[in-house]
Amino acid sequence: MSHDPVLDIAGLSVAFGSLKALSDVSLSVAAGERLALLGHNGAGKSTLFKAVLGFLKPEAGRISVAGAAPGTAAARRTVSYLPEAIAFPRALTGAEVITYFAKLKGEPPAKAKALLQTVGIADAAHRRVGTYSKGMRQRLGLAQALIGRPSLLLLDEPTSGLDPISRGEFYGLIDTIAAEGAAVLLSSHSLTEVEARTDRIAILVKGRRVAEGRLADLASAAALPTVVRVKAKAIDGATLQARLGGRRLNGRSVEFDCTPGDKLALLARIASHSDIVADVEVSPPHLDDVYRYYSGLGAAGEAA
Amino acid sequence: MNGLSRIAAIAAIEFRLSARNRWVLLATLILVLFALALAFLGSGPAGERGVDALTLTAASLATLSVYLVPLIALLLSYDTIAGEIERGTLALVLATPAARGEVLFGKFLGHLAVLTLAIAIGYGVAGGALVAVHGYDPAGALAWARLMATALFLGAVFIAIGITVSAMTGRVGTAAALLVGVWLVLVVLYDLALLAGLVLDDGGIFTTHVFPILVLANPGDAFRLFNLAALEAAAPVAGIDGLARTLPFPAATALASLVIWLLLAGCAGMLRFRSLHP
Repeated sequence: MSHDPVLDIAGLSVAFGSLKALSDVSLSVAAGERLALLGHNGAGKSTLFKAVLGFLKPEAGRISVAGAAPGTAAARRTVSYLPEAIAFPRALTGAEVITYFAKLKGEPPAKAKALLQTVGIADAAHRRVGTYSKGMRQRLGLAQALIGRPSLLLLDEPTSGLDPISRGEFYGLIDTIAAEGAAVLLSSHSLTEVEARTDRIAILVKGRRVAEGRLADLASAAALPTVVRVKAKAIDGATLQARLGGRRLNGRSVEFDCTPGDKLALLARIASHSDIVADVEVSPPHLDDVYRYYSGLGAAGEAA
Repeated sequence: MNGLSRIAAIAAIEFRLSARNRWVLLATLILVLFALALAFLGSGPAGERGVDALTLTAASLATLSVYLVPLIALLLSYDTIAGEIERGTLALVLATPAARGEVLFGKFLGHLAVLTLAIAIGYGVAGGALVAVHGYDPAGALAWARLMATALFLGAVFIAIGITVSAMTGRVGTAAALLVGVWLVLVVLYDLALLAGLVLDDGGIFTTHVFPILVLANPGDAFRLFNLAALEAAAPVAGIDGLARTLPFPAATALASLVIWLLLAGCAGMLRFRSLHP
């Protein structure tokens, strides 16, 4: 079993002059694993990709791409990259773009063109890229990144600007690729976007890695409350609050924060007042709340 | 081996893009039209002076090429790096096993292929038409072939300059503006300044010692000098070119100047491209 990580980053710092783009970031992605890198614009996601590609020289730290230094011939044969907002020449057809990159990567063009089928744009292979929709262009970018079965895929905000259906299909493709053994590092603005489609997430705030782990672990470590909202039958929030407690929300509702452990007891208590309770709504912490929680931590750490 | 096929792939895609974007057609049309115009509007006095039409037209086309060929070369190359940076494709290309030298050289070859086609068709058609109308003359044919070969050489220098500036600015708009400036200075203002210097100096040190070096130092002037000197006294020339023919250098020195320009521009482009962060 190869549990050596395909991508291993340790203590990486990158600076542009006096601006620290990345400070002491450590990450690793194993074969078959999907790691989502989350952060606002300017958090250092693209900088991290460029350092992994060998375009930027680290100030400190170490990057290993399948055991090779970034930017070396060995590393470049291993890694594939899909930059954010890629614009292939509009005058070329999808098939021509794929053929071109296959030649640059030393792969047979015929095999590479079959990838257009994989990403679902085989019908448009001989149309010019200028006629493609945004989703089709992203798919073409992914097909390009899949040429030669790379061990490491770097996808910089691959689904930004895609509609939910296309995004779902895109992540479906990434699932397949990871299942075939590729390590996938992708970045995104939003946790809701990557949801269940990645194995682990890492959150970058102002160039620092403020959190890293499985989403469920991060959510429970954040210990964000589940919100229980109770609605009275009549417009009688006061009676409801007098009997149950909680925060008054409006004329007929009250709201409780509770930990996952206390949830059932609270619900049982609410149920015992069914004479005046019309409805109960339970909201577990939203993914964006988790993300906001860790981003806030990072920002606070920065200020301290 | 792999490196060569990558260079070929890059050159081929650049050529294809130029063809799709109508640059090939445009460059060829411009050269055909201007060469034909010079051939048939400028060759009137040929018979009277006893100079064949090919030689005479080669002389005037050499002068016109100094303006046209660099312009076309710069138009072909100004966006080659800057455009890819703006579209985000350069990062993609550089993430592949293609080395930076291969990318730069492939692009150079691709643009050179477009220019080769344009010059071969443009000057070929005009030359063929002249032969058809005025008859074949071996000396004229040689002058014509020399003109085509050196025009391509001059174009290569300016393609290298265009690629270098494109890599240096990293923005299409800036590269275009800067290259218009480069063209104006090297092709137009430089000669005007030289003429002004000659007039002011009135046969002094500048005329005898500085001027010849300055003429050789400019790729356009070096190209024209070489062609006109090779035509010897056959064709009537005036202005800077008339003076240039009395220079204390063998004509081949002018070719060396072009080689040096090509090497310098190539090295500057490579140095810049190596340190580029896409």
